[in-house]
Order: sequence, then C-alpha cells, then structure tokens
Amino acid sequence: MRLSASKLSLLSTAFVLLLLFTICAVSFDGFFSMPMIANLLRNNAYLGIMAVGMTFVILSKGIDLSVGAVYGFTTVLLASLYESGAVSGPLGWAIALGLGLGFGLFMGTLIVRYELPPFLVTLGGMFFARGMAFVITEQSLNFSSSFYDSVANIEVQIGPRAYVGLGTILFAVVFLAALYVLNLTRFGRSVYAVGGNEDSARLMGLSVDRIKISVYGVNGFCAALAGVLGTMSTESGNPVNGNMDELDTIASVVIGGTLLTGGKGGVFGTLLGVLIFAIIKAIPDFGNISSPMIMIIKGGLLLSFILLQAQLSRIKPKAETIVVKS
Amino acid sequence: MSARESLQKTPILWPIFGIVFLLLILAFLKPDFFSIRIQDGHLYGNLIDIFTQSSHVMLLAMGMTLVIAVGGVDLSVGSVMALAATTTMVLIEQAGVGLWLAIPVGLVAGTMIGAANGALVVFAKLQPIVATLVFMVAGRGIAQLASNSNVITVNNEAMKTWGNGHFLAIPISLWMVGLVFVVLYFLLRKTALGLLVEAVGDNERASQFCGIDSNRLRIIVYAFCGMLAGMAGLMRAASTVVADPNTMGLMLELDAIFAVIIGGTALTGGRFMLGGSILGVILLQTLTTTLIALDMPPAWAPAPKAVVIVAVCLMQSGAFRKEVFGLFRLRRAGL
Repeated sequence: MRLSASKLSLLSTAFVLLLLFTICAVSFDGFFSMPMIANLLRNNAYLGIMAVGMTFVILSKGIDLSVGAVYGFTTVLLASLYESGAVSGPLGWAIALGLGLGFGLFMGTLIVRYELPPFLVTLGGMFFARGMAFVITEQSLNFSSSFYDSVANIEVQIGPRAYVGLGTILFAVVFLAALYVLNLTRFGRSVYAVGGNEDSARLMGLSVDRIKISVYGVNGFCAALAGVLGTMSTESGNPVNGNMDELDTIASVVIGGTLLTGGKGGVFGTLLGVLIFAIIKAIPDFGNISSPMIMIIKGGLLLSFILLQAQLSRIKPKAETIVVKS
Repeated sequence: MSARESLQKTPILWPIFGIVFLLLILAFLKPDFFSIRIQDGHLYGNLIDIFTQSSHVMLLAMGMTLVIAVGGVDLSVGSVMALAATTTMVLIEQAGVGLWLAIPVGLVAGTMIGAANGALVVFAKLQPIVATLVFMVAGRGIAQLASNSNVITVNNEAMKTWGNGHFLAIPISLWMVGLVFVVLYFLLRKTALGLLVEAVGDNERASQFCGIDSNRLRIIVYAFCGMLAGMAGLMRAASTVVADPNTMGLMLELDAIFAVIIGGTALTGGRFMLGGSILGVILLQTLTTTLIALDMPPAWAPAPKAVVIVAVCLMQSGAFRKEVFGLFRLRRAGL
C-alpha cells in the first residue's frame, strides 16, 4: 500500500489518540462510556471551533494569538447586550460574529499590507480584546434571555444516556464546512498553496494577499463563535474567559499534525488533536490530582505526544523509498 | 539615501519618539511628575521608578533578544521567574538555607529549564513556540509544587536590601541590570560572539558551513535566557518582598517579546539590538505609568498598550511610512 507523508502523519496522530484513550479506559472506571464521550465533546466544542479556525491560519503559515481574548470579549459583549435588553433573539449573535470577523480581517490587513509579523499583530489583538473585555465589565456578568432558554432545549442523543447540545452540533457543522472548504474549494487549496510557498503561489497568479487576510477573518469568526458557545452553557460572560486558551488551541492544531511552517496538515488532524487535548484535560477529574500536578502532567503529556508524533512521522522517508524501489 | 531617510529607517527612532510623546503627556497632566529628590543620599522620583519597576522585564528582554536573534522565541520566561523565585525563597524562608546556596539553586533551576528548552528545539527539532510552551505550562506547575501553591513572604534582610536598597544613590536593582547589560554588550560586540549569534539567526545552514557549532550556540543562548529569567524572578521577589508562584511573571513573556520587537530586533532572527530592547521596556513601563497617572483602571491597561505597540510597529514598517508620508508629500505639492 502506498502511504503519502500526510496520511502517515494523520495515522500516527490517530494511533496516539487510540493509545491514550485505551490507557484511560483501562485505568479509570467509567471513562469508556457514551455519556463521558458526550461530555468530552460538550466541554471542548468551543476549543474545537477555535482550533478549526486556527488550522486555516497555521496552514497559511501564520499564527493568531488573539483567539482566547476574542473568545472572552465575545462572552462579555453578549452578556452585556442581552442583560441590558438591547438585543433579543439571534441578533446579538450576529453582532458578535460580525465583530469577530471584522477584527480578524483588520488584523490580517495590518499583517499583509504593512508586512508586520503575525505573532506581533495578533499579540496586540490579544491585549486589545482582553482590555476591551474589562472595559465592558470587570467581573462575571449573568443574564437571562428567552432566546437562550429555547436554544438550550436543543439536544441530540448520540448514545444511551448521552446527549449533546447546540454547541457540539455547531462544532460538527464548522468542522464539516472546513473539511469541505479546505479540500474541495479553490479558496481552500489556495490556503495550502500560500502556506507551502508564498512566492510560487504568487507566481501561479493566486491573490496571495486576499487569501492571507481571509484566513484571519475565518479565524476571528470562529473565535467569536466559540464565544457564543461560551455564553450558551452558563448564560454569563466573564472578561477572564479564554485566558491562555490561544495556547491550548495552537497546541491542539500542532498535535493534530499541522505544521507551524505552513502548507502541511489539515482539519481532520485538528479534530484528532482536539480530542487528544480533551482527554488530557479530563484525566485530572478521574485521577484526583492536585492543580499544580495537572499543569506538570499537561506539560509532560504535551511533550511526549509531540515527540512521539515527530518520531512516528519521521519513519516516512524509508516507507517512500521502499515504494519507489518495488 | 538622505540623512532624513536613514533616520526614519532607524528602528530605535520610533520607541524613543513614543517615550518622549508619553512624557510630554505626563508633563502636561502632572507637572510635578518629573521631580527627582535626594533623600538620605538616595535618588527618588517617578522617573527613577520607571526604571526600577521594570528592571526585571529588562533582564527578561535581554535574554529574549538573544533567543529571538538565533531565530527562536521563549514563552517560558514568566514561569521560570516564578519557579526560580519560589524555589529560592522556600529554601531561604522555610528550609533556613543560606543565601550563598539558595540563590545559585534558583539561578541553576532557571538555567536548566532554559537548556531543556534549547535541547528540545535543537535535538528534538520542535518549533520554539511549542517547545517553550511545554515549560511555560509545566514550569508554573513545578513552582506551585515547590511551595504548595502558597505565597511566600520574604523576611530575609539581605534579600530586601537587594530588592529595595541603594548603592551610590542608585537602586541596586538598576546596578544589576546595568552590569548585565555592560557584560553582554562587551561579550557580543567586542568579541565574535555577537557575529556568531547573528550568523546562526540569519541563515543556520550557512553558519554551519562556516564552521559554527550552531546547535551548541543555540542551547547556550536558551540556557542564558533561562538564567536571566531566574535572576529576574529573584529580583522581583526581593523588591516586592513576596514570591507568588501563581501570578509572578504571568504574561511577562509577552511584554518581553514586545519590547524586543519594538526595539528593532526582527522576529525572523539575525540582526539584534540589545539597547533597543531596553528602550522597548522603558516605553512599555512609561505607558503603564501614564495610564496610572490618568486614573485608568489597571484591568483596562492592555487595550491602550496594544494600540501603542501596534502604532510603533506600523511606524517601523516601510510600507506604512510610504503610504502616510506619501500622502503628506502629495498635499504639500498641491495635488
């Protein structure tokens, strides 16, 4: 069988996920159950949506550090909008998503038009969004809205005693849409081309600048959508929400096999990466572990999985040589 | 290139411009801001405070400058600060260990994490962001473990003097920063070391062909950055008389990276500007001081900070200058 490098990398990620899940299922009672899996999906749907957006940016050889702050900002924006009664129904969501999209496009424009490093501009975006979140409110803000109550009733059964809500459905929709866009549309293929080699992409006649700006727009939209999810479960917003989540997001994408050097990887790997990360995050709940140990374990697991994956995907040149010789 | 153009191209011009601009605002709002007085033979005043309150960030920024110069980045420095400070203070305050042992232990802990970062980047070939992210998460966990997540109060007199004392009228912390800067400056600019760092950052393969052991150099640079971060942690603990493993150094890695970039060192590696990084830190601290003078809630501070930083970087960008100044030139020509 002929295995391309990208497929092998994906397989190794899947193998790591399976290994991790098996270890957990064997060591913890009740880990391998449908309600638990539904729980994992529900708790990490927001992270998944941000990671899908981040995949676009990283594939185009960029990086976006602002997503956690945009997520936090969106939750307090929605909370203040619905609490004050200024909006009702889905209008607040539209405003939030529009702002997220606009903010992403603005950062993308700064990056592309003035040739500024993405790391720096999005770090600025992160500070700005976080500061603005605190300008809206300095503490957690609760609200109640009939629109949210009706949305909370949407549930889908995925197994015995296992239900997922609208958040997970939205994640599934975003994931499938991204899978389609990245693999089967002109825009998606252009993202890979730009990330692989920007100069070649330009010579091929692709509008590189517009593509690079768009990926930040996609990512800003996804971060805002994650913020919408964040308000859904608790009907509240908090300016500290999503602190450090940008790093979890990037880590999920990287664990999923998308290279920070651009052009290689994909959104399916990101899904696997998010699941790996979700399990790592859930382990402390089962193991009764103190909070400092969680951090050390998280760091250690992150490291071992990245190293394992790097090792597994390094086998590839040999496999390819064999294919050529036969 | 005319003198004016070359002046505009100097990356250091714009942070200086920013500092002067902020100081003018301060002069307008609070004329007594600039008073410097001598009390008991020590210098006191807001201008001195700008330096002393940011001395730990200056140490971080100097280490970060070198890491960025060799084409990397270190996200773990904030956690390393917390780790070094907590370890040393636990040893001094709870285990009764002498300073002569406790301080080196803290510095060595920082150096080890830095070297581990370097090893991950060099040997495991991990992306610097990912490799240092691991220790950013785990380092803080180890720091919390060292003190059981407790905040440790510093009672040791020698440490307090280090943090808040004066020598020849100038705060001791500033002497430390000055010493590190001078030593680094001579090492980097008066020996070949700086050239080697720039060569590795500019084109690693080419530098290897020239016979530079780029792997060893990169590990040393990361280790040195870790040591400076440890020193920054000790200094911060000494001046605030607490070592808090949970909050110390939080987000400071980002401040340090910002300061380095504003100071004219490119994130892509290669040419670096040590003095520029110090200027970057001073700009950030002046901004913080200005915001406090304006009675702005501390939690809002990140927003204006972001605006200033992006503005400075925009001014450094050739494309932006051409657009804006081009506009002025057209107007002047009457078009």
